[in-house]
Amino acid sequence: MNAEIGQFALILALMIAVAQAVIPQAGAWRRDRTLMAFADHAAVAQLLFVGLAFGLLVHAFAVSDFSILVVASNSSAAMPAGFRMSATWGNHEGSLLLWILILSLFGAAVAVLGRTLPARLRARTLAVQGLIAAAFLALTIFTSNPFARLHPAPAEGTELNPLLQDIGLIVHPPFLYLGYVGFSIVFSFAVAALIEGRVDAAWARMVRPWVLLAWIFLTIGITLGSYWAYYELGWGGWWFWDPVENASFMPWLAGTALLHSAIVVERRQTLIAWTILLAILTFSLSLVGTFLVRSGVITSVHAFASDPARGIGVLLILGAFTGGALLLFALRAAGFDRSATFRPVSREGGLILNNILLVTATATVFLGTFYPLAVEMLGPDRISVGPPYYNRSFVPLMIPLLLAVSIGPVLRWKRDSLRAALGRLRWVAAGCVLLALALVLALGSGALGTALGLGLAAWLVFGALAIWAVRAQPFVLPWRRTAGLTRSMPAGTWGMICAHAGLGLLVAGITAVTAWEDEAIVSLSVGQSAEAGGYAFTLTAVDVLRRDNYESEVATFAVARDGVPVTTMTAERRFFPQTERVTTEAAIAPRVLGNLYVSVGGPSGAGAWAVRIYSHPLVLLIWFGPALMAFGGLLSLADRRFRIGLLAARPGLRAARA
Amino acid sequence: MMRALLAFVLLAGLAAAVAPPAGAVQPDEILTDPALEARARAIGKDLRCVVCRNQSIDDSNAGIARDMRIILRERLLAGDSDEEAVAFLVDRYGSFILLDPPVTPATWLLWGGPALLLLAAVFGFSRLWPRRTADVAEPALDAADRARAGALLDGDPRP
Repeated sequence: MNAEIGQFALILALMIAVAQAVIPQAGAWRRDRTLMAFADHAAVAQLLFVGLAFGLLVHAFAVSDFSILVVASNSSAAMPAGFRMSATWGNHEGSLLLWILILSLFGAAVAVLGRTLPARLRARTLAVQGLIAAAFLALTIFTSNPFARLHPAPAEGTELNPLLQDIGLIVHPPFLYLGYVGFSIVFSFAVAALIEGRVDAAWARMVRPWVLLAWIFLTIGITLGSYWAYYELGWGGWWFWDPVENASFMPWLAGTALLHSAIVVERRQTLIAWTILLAILTFSLSLVGTFLVRSGVITSVHAFASDPARGIGVLLILGAFTGGALLLFALRAAGFDRSATFRPVSREGGLILNNILLVTATATVFLGTFYPLAVEMLGPDRISVGPPYYNRSFVPLMIPLLLAVSIGPVLRWKRDSLRAALGRLRWVAAGCVLLALALVLALGSGALGTALGLGLAAWLVFGALAIWAVRAQPFVLPWRRTAGLTRSMPAGTWGMICAHAGLGLLVAGITAVTAWEDEAIVSLSVGQSAEAGGYAFTLTAVDVLRRDNYESEVATFAVARDGVPVTTMTAERRFFPQTERVTTEAAIAPRVLGNLYVSVGGPSGAGAWAVRIYSHPLVLLIWFGPALMAFGGLLSLADRRFRIGLLAARPGLRAARA
Repeated sequence: MMRALLAFVLLAGLAAAVAPPAGAVQPDEILTDPALEARARAIGKDLRCVVCRNQSIDDSNAGIARDMRIILRERLLAGDSDEEAVAFLVDRYGSFILLDPPVTPATWLLWGGPALLLLAAVFGFSRLWPRRTADVAEPALDAADRARAGALLDGDPRP
C-alpha cells in the first residue's frame, strides 16, 4: 500500500510542479498578485509530496519491504539498520528521488525565506524551479519509478554493494546533492532575471547567499567523498581525476567563479551578463554531472547505447534547460552591462582574473572528461586522458591563480597599482621566497617542485592573514585601535580569510603528500615487521570475526618508532558472502597532521598476508583545508550584509525608498 | 590454534576462489632491484588498465592489470628502456592504455584547448575597457549633490 501512496504522491508532485511552472509566470506577466502568490504554496506543497514519497521509500528500505523492486535489488535484511536506510540513495531510482527532494527543498526555502524578495522575481524564480522539478519528476515517473513492485516478493533481497555499506554513503551523497542541486535555485534566479529583463546590484546581493550555500555544501560533499575514497579503497589515493569526480569538480570551479563575479556585479554593476551566464553554466555542469553518473556513458559510449532511456532523458533535460536559458540569454543580456568604471589593476580586476583562470580551468577539466568520448564517437580510435594531462594543463593554470589569490584582497577598489599592492605584502612575499629558497637548499635541487608548492601554500596562508593586517594595521596603529578595527571587520572578510587560508592548507597537504609519501608493499606473517616513514609496523595477530552480514579478517599491527611503541592499528578485510565481494577497511592512525595507513590484501603465500603500509605526512590538510574553506563560506553567510531579505526588512531603508 | 587454522584455510580458500586480490601492486610482483621497481611504479601510474574505468594499472585490482604490471616488469628486467617497455605494452593493448595521450592531430584540440580558451577569455574581458574611453571620467557632482553628500556626512539623515 505504501508504495502506491508513494507513487501517487510523486504523480501529484508532478502535477503541482507543472502548475507551479505555469501559473506564477502568467501572474508575473499580468501583474496579478494572487496568481504570483500561488508559487509559494505550490513550492511548499511540492516539497510535502516529494518528502512523503521519499519518506515512504526510506521506510520501505528500513523495514525491508522486498515487494518493491528497488529495495529487493539493493538491500538485505541482514544489513545494519543505518546502511539499510542509506541504501535508499545507493541506487539509481532512490538517488534520483533524493535529487528531486533537494530540488523541492530549495524551492520551498525560497518560498519561505525569500518573503522579502520582490514579488515578481520570486514568482518567476519559483516558476523556473517548478519547471526543473516537473522535468525530473517526469523522468523518475516514466523511466525510473522507485516504487515499481516485484511479484512474487523474494524472502531476502540482494544486498547493497559492500563498498557502499559505509558511513561515507550516509553523508557524502546528500551533501554533494545539496551542492549540485543548490545551484538550481541560482539558475532559476538567473533565468527569472532574464525574463524580467532587469538585473541590478540588489539582484546580485539577493542571489549571493544562495550561491554561497550551494558552494558550501558542494565543498563539504567533495571533501567527504575524497576522504571516503581515501580510507575505503585501500591504497591511500584521495583524488583520481575520475570522470565522476570531475563531474562534481566542474560545478565547484564554476560556482567558485560565480561567487566572485557576483561581488563585481554588486559593487560596479558590470559583469552582469557574464554572471548570469556563469549561473546558467554552473547548474548546467551540475546536470552534466548527473548525466555522466546516471547514463553509463563514462565507461563507454557503447554502454550508454545499451540502456538509453534514462541517459537520453537526462540529456534532453540538460539540452532543453541549458539551450533554453542560453537562448534567453542571447535575446536579453545585450543591454545589461555598462563599460568598466574601474582600471584593470584593481580589486574588480583581480576578481576578473580569478574568473578568467577558474573558467579556463573548468573548461580544461571538461575537455579532459569528454574528449575521450568525442574521439570514440567520431572514429575508430580510442584514447585515455588521465592524471598526466591534468598535471600539465590544470596545474599550470592554478599557479597564477594561487599567486593572485593573495594579491587580490589587498588591491584597492577601482584603481590601484601592482607595486603598491605588493608593497603591502612585502613581508609575506619575502618570507615565502625565503622559505622556498631554504627548502631548496635543505632538500636539494630535486625538490624544486616541493619548494614551489610549499612556498605557494605559505603565500596563501600568510596572504590571508595579511587581509587582516592591511585592514587592522597592527604595529602601525596603537594596538587598541587595531583591536577596534579587528572587531569591526565584517564576518564576510573573516570568511574570505578562512577560505583563502584553507586553500593554502590544501596546497600544503597536496605538496607534502606528493613529495614525502613513503610506502612499503610487503608480504608479512604474524611476528614479522616492515618499515615506512621511519615507523616499524609488526603484524602481531590476525583474528577472524563474524558480523551481521560479513566475515572479517582483522590484522593487528604494533607500531613503533626507534623501538618505542607508538600505537597499535587494526586493518580489516571483509568478505560479504551474499555478493561474494571483498572490501578493505584501512587502519588509519593520525600523527600530527599526517597519517599512518595500513591495509591488508589477500593471503600471500602460506600463512602470510599482503600488506600495504603508508606514511602520509600532512595528508590531513587535504581535508582540513577544504573544511576551513567551507567554514569561511559559513562565516560569510552569517554576514549581516548578505542576510537573506535584509534589504527590505530594515525599516530605515524601506522608509528611505518610499 | 585449531580455530585459527581452520579460519585461515577457510578464508584462504574463499579468497582464492572468489575475491579479486585487493589492493593493486602485490608483494610478489615487486622487483628486488629498488631502482628498477621505482621505474616500474612510475611507468605503471601512467598506463591504464584496459578493463577499468580510468584506473592506472598501478592502482587497479583487476587481473589484467596484474598481467600488465608483470609484463612491464619483465621488459624492464630484460633491459628495455622506459620508452621501449611502454611501446611493447602499447603494441599489445593499443594506445588506449596511455593515460598521457600523445600529441597527434586527433588530440591537438585536447592539448591546445586550454591555451585557446585562456586567450579567448582574456580577449573577451579586455573589451570591458574600450580603447577610446581608456580614461573613464568620474560622473561629476553638481552643487546639489555636494550639498546632499555634505549633509549626510554631517550626520543629518534627512537633508
